[in-house]
Amino acid sequence: MSYLDAQFDDNIIIAKVDDLFNWARLSSLWQVGFGLACCAIEMMATSASHYDFDRFGVIPRPSPRQSDIIIISGTVTLKMALRVKRLYEQMPDPKYVISMGSCSNCGGPYWEHGYHVLKGVDRVVPVDVYVPGCPPRPEALLEGLMKLQEKVRNESVVKKSA
Amino acid sequence: MKSAEEIFNILKENFNDNIKELVKQPVDPYILCDPLKINEISLFLLSNEGLLFDNLMNLSGVDDANGMSTTTGSITTIEGGTLSVYYHMESTKFRHKVVLRVSTPREKPEASSVALVWRSADWHEREAFDLLGINFLNHPDLRRILMPYDWEAGYPLRKDYANPEFYHGMKVPY
Amino acid sequence: MAIKTEEMVLNMGPQHPSTHGVLRLELILEGEIIQKVTPHIGYLHRCFEKHCEAMTYPQIIPYTDRMDYLAAMYNEFGYVIGVEKLLGIQVPERVEYIRVIMGELQRIASHLVAIGTYGADIGAMTPFLFAFRDREVILNLFEITCGARMLYNYIWVGGLSHDLHPDFVRLTREFITYFRPKIVEMNELLTTNRIFIERTANVGILPLETAINFGITGPMLRGSGFKWDLRKDDTYSVYNRFDFNIPIGEGKVGTVGDCWDRYYVRILEMGESLRLIEQALDQLPEGNVTSAIPKRIKPPVGSVYTRVENPRGELGYFIISNGTTSPFRVKVRGPSFVNLGIMDVLCKNHMVADVIAILGSVDIVLGEVDR
Repeated sequence: MSYLDAQFDDNIIIAKVDDLFNWARLSSLWQVGFGLACCAIEMMATSASHYDFDRFGVIPRPSPRQSDIIIISGTVTLKMALRVKRLYEQMPDPKYVISMGSCSNCGGPYWEHGYHVLKGVDRVVPVDVYVPGCPPRPEALLEGLMKLQEKVRNESVVKKSA
Repeated sequence: MKSAEEIFNILKENFNDNIKELVKQPVDPYILCDPLKINEISLFLLSNEGLLFDNLMNLSGVDDANGMSTTTGSITTIEGGTLSVYYHMESTKFRHKVVLRVSTPREKPEASSVALVWRSADWHEREAFDLLGINFLNHPDLRRILMPYDWEAGYPLRKDYANPEFYHGMKVPY
Repeated sequence: MAIKTEEMVLNMGPQHPSTHGVLRLELILEGEIIQKVTPHIGYLHRCFEKHCEAMTYPQIIPYTDRMDYLAAMYNEFGYVIGVEKLLGIQVPERVEYIRVIMGELQRIASHLVAIGTYGADIGAMTPFLFAFRDREVILNLFEITCGARMLYNYIWVGGLSHDLHPDFVRLTREFITYFRPKIVEMNELLTTNRIFIERTANVGILPLETAINFGITGPMLRGSGFKWDLRKDDTYSVYNRFDFNIPIGEGKVGTVGDCWDRYYVRILEMGESLRLIEQALDQLPEGNVTSAIPKRIKPPVGSVYTRVENPRGELGYFIISNGTTSPFRVKVRGPSFVNLGIMDVLCKNHMVADVIAILGSVDIVLGEVDR
């Protein structure tokens, strides 16, 4: 109990702006309802019963304009890369990107002969968290989300984090 | 239920020179046909009372890579030779199957379209056009299907295909 | 005099929650009525056929998994049958039985996703959660067998990567007793739901002649009332030793070949798959599952076309061998690729909202449409 806390009623909590914003952001990361390939099925399994994405505040939103994170779940092809970039640009700030699975991390099994596969989604949009696996288990995706929450927790309104 | 020989003989009677030979191989024998008459042959196979090939299971374009191959540095080019199309069809009534093959020169690959005989051939032919550059004459809507519409680097499934360095500013190789 | 309205072009996808992946549909509307649907595919074209020409025969198996990622076991199944035909080898009985068990479990898992997402597409969220709950049980069975949840690399040319886990038979029997009541539950929840029937019955009717000419296979063709199942009609593996029915659409709540029929065929097929698994478990012989795996896979020159009944229809592999360790050409006839081609016929003169109901009943997997 600090000196400031004692000045007000019980129902008022004093917090730093940074802490308040970060707390609000990290506990309601709304996701673009968007799947690309095999990993999208694991992403669906994560949001369905058993793994339950909702308990982290992750709710799929149909529109990128109402979302905070985009999970690039699967192989990004050259044809799709332009659309992924557009989706990312339509999202309002602050926005985060989770790259799920080997394909969107680096091209995955298609890195050598995939003439139509983009070798890593980080060539078109900036990525915050990379989740490895082909496809990653739901637990791995949850771990990736918690890593992202950790990153959000340490952000500052004035100081740009690296 | 008819065997490949019987079907070959029926076709030979009706189309004589346009049916070249019956190629026997261990698993699936195939009948070699004329690429520009394949639509008439298909229509015959579909409508003949004793054949009734109503289901085109598969249509595949193949680069035979049987021409002159020259390699300079890392780039291989093939000149001459043929591209082929294989047609796998069956009759849901008589339960017999047949495989047709047409070969067309690599410099000017043309075959007549069967998309109006079996509608399932529509997308298969577009795919063969997209990936191998085989031109299907009289196809209702011959556009690229899998690759982007503005892809200019050639036909990826040809054996001498070389990947471009960039597409719309994105680096393509690893 | 009829009012003339202006044509409107509406784009659905590639990012659309109900297009089951990255499919773009270009709709031409007059008012709310659809005049023409043009599917644009290729947003997930991963160059499978090019990879086949560069990889050796066993190396291709993981790539076949990634085509139809909802029915990965069945993709391996079809591919290895083709290569075994080229090689001319016989596999041990136990391997065939395990393949059938895995294939049928996979069919149930795949249909559960199809049914669950179909419900979610047209506004019923609960069936989706129920279906995924049951699917997890099947995925656990796969996991104890080969360690992977979705993409297995389990069925190899000439055999399997591992034998079954000692608990597998017991757990699968438990699953069968667990799952039978769940089908009834799904029927009560979704199949006979008044709202669901209103949305799907008499929508997207597919006449039989059109279906055959378009090359439609699988539950879509059976929904139109044609008893055609490659497990019986062009039998492979040991399917001829089992007793099972082929459910077809009968137009119970609407017309034969509507969306509800296609959906209901999938429900009935899950029950038949359970019967198949039960029989296969009863007859499961002893044996070594890795003894027939060839050391070096180098088929003679020739070509083969094999097909199997995938959860979505006829999955065909056309393999040309030129006598080396990697194939000269592999062409895949994906059932979803062919089935998607009929969208324009099915959607004509329907409302925009019906497109979702029709697309869901076609049950496509874009990984296999685009390969």
